[in-house]
Amino acid sequence: MPVIEVKNLRKRYGDTVAVRDVSFAVERGEIFGILGPNGAGKTTTVECVAGLRAPDGGTITVLDRPPRDPSLRREVGVQLQESQLPDKITVREALELYSAFYPAPADWRALAGTLGLAGDLRSRYAKLSGGRKQRLSIALALIGNPRIAILDELTTGLDPQARRETWDLIESIRDTGVTIVLVTHFMEEASRLCDRLAVIDRGEVVALDTPAGLVTAISAEQRIRFRPSVPVDDALLLSAPGVTAVRRHGEQLEVAGTGNLLHAVTSVLAAHQIIANDLRIEQASLDEAFVRLVGRD
Amino acid sequence: MFRKLTVTELKLLAREPMPAFFSLFFPTILVAILGSVPSFREPNAGLGGARVIDIYVGIAVALTLAMLGLQVTPLVLATYREKGILRRLATTPARPTLLLGAQLTAALLTAIVASGLAVAVGRIAFDVPLPSNFAGFVLAFLLAALGVFAIGLFVAAVAPSGKAGNSIGTLLFFPSMFFAGLWTPREVFPRALQRIGDFTPLGAGERALHDAMTGHWPSLLSATVLVGYLAVFGLGAARLFRWS
Repeated sequence: MPVIEVKNLRKRYGDTVAVRDVSFAVERGEIFGILGPNGAGKTTTVECVAGLRAPDGGTITVLDRPPRDPSLRREVGVQLQESQLPDKITVREALELYSAFYPAPADWRALAGTLGLAGDLRSRYAKLSGGRKQRLSIALALIGNPRIAILDELTTGLDPQARRETWDLIESIRDTGVTIVLVTHFMEEASRLCDRLAVIDRGEVVALDTPAGLVTAISAEQRIRFRPSVPVDDALLLSAPGVTAVRRHGEQLEVAGTGNLLHAVTSVLAAHQIIANDLRIEQASLDEAFVRLVGRD
Repeated sequence: MFRKLTVTELKLLAREPMPAFFSLFFPTILVAILGSVPSFREPNAGLGGARVIDIYVGIAVALTLAMLGLQVTPLVLATYREKGILRRLATTPARPTLLLGAQLTAALLTAIVASGLAVAVGRIAFDVPLPSNFAGFVLAFLLAALGVFAIGLFVAAVAPSGKAGNSIGTLLFFPSMFFAGLWTPREVFPRALQRIGDFTPLGAGERALHDAMTGHWPSLLSATVLVGYLAVFGLGAARLFRWS
């Protein structure tokens, strides 16, 4: 039973088509990623899901309701890009104010603690660093104890340390049963966090799969690298099922192939009592998958 | 929710030194300065025997309303829109009417304090009689405040940026205050100009306040004009309000 269902979404601004045809369904409790290059229509899509924009075509249901249903504002927390707060509001005032909007809000002190904002409660918004502002923004999206959280470009502007902490936080939020829709253009973030991904390009979904599935789909080829304990003949390795190529890098061997490559190679090595030292399996990264999917030449 | 929003708005206003200072104290300063001019404390035949200072207390109250309604509120709300603060609010259960209501209440509370101060200084320092029809004065004050604030909210609702909101507000402020008699008391206007003034929000507002200061009820004309502004621009603001 999907909690969000988008079918053939279409949205244009004047002559510019922002979203041409986007369909996907988000299941309860998953982290669903929306990935795509700048201007692909990611933000417009989630803005329609969040009820901030009216689509020109297609249907959207969120928790079985139309996205503009006022009752959804209590159950969907949204963190938008480029959405600020008054310069002179303090962190504490913002948390208190926003928790007053909801019937059953989260404990804002606990939330501030989890997000590492406990020391900033008296600071004014304008004085906060980009990372702190971002944390506050995430806190405000979660303060109503939402069932769904929509987070747009969550970690943009965060340093690597803060980014990792934010990822941990998102996982712990998912563990409490919240469904999360994550808009991102960071591959690392998408492959680390998302259960499933929709890749959007030029207003259309070009792929929808798990991160691993996306990678496999674009490249069935795997590569294994190792340093054999004794010299090995190429022909021996090529005789293993699935192996398509053997390349040498100094002492290192690189074996490329398809299917259950690791098993095939290790079996043949074991049969000849050769030990594979420093063995590494290299797979195409999500980066490569992404570039292939939305590549422009 | 409403209370929290209103209190937060008041706190934020208090942290902006210029608008806070001007809207709270400028009308009182005006009364103090004019009251210090000896000839303004003498009965003036051109004003029907009233003193200049007697008239300017009412004008100072109108000035308070104009500054808050036409300058402060549009600037605040349009800045909120520009910075995406309204967009964020739109994702919460807070509705536009709630936000506009909180803005209006915060401005009204500020106006009550500022006007009270001006009236008190007029009374204590310069013997300006307190409004002899106090209920009428409160009514006039509320009508004028709501009429002017509704126009300010309308400007805030349609202005694309904080800067535009402030410019439109300022553009309205000067003619409005002219008709309220800030530069020349309404009483010495030519007839035709008085008549035009009666149909402007602050002209009507000042007249209603003046009537109540001198013991009368706001005239039906002033009341109708002000309620009209409230209805037209208040509804317009609620209808046209954009979050982004």
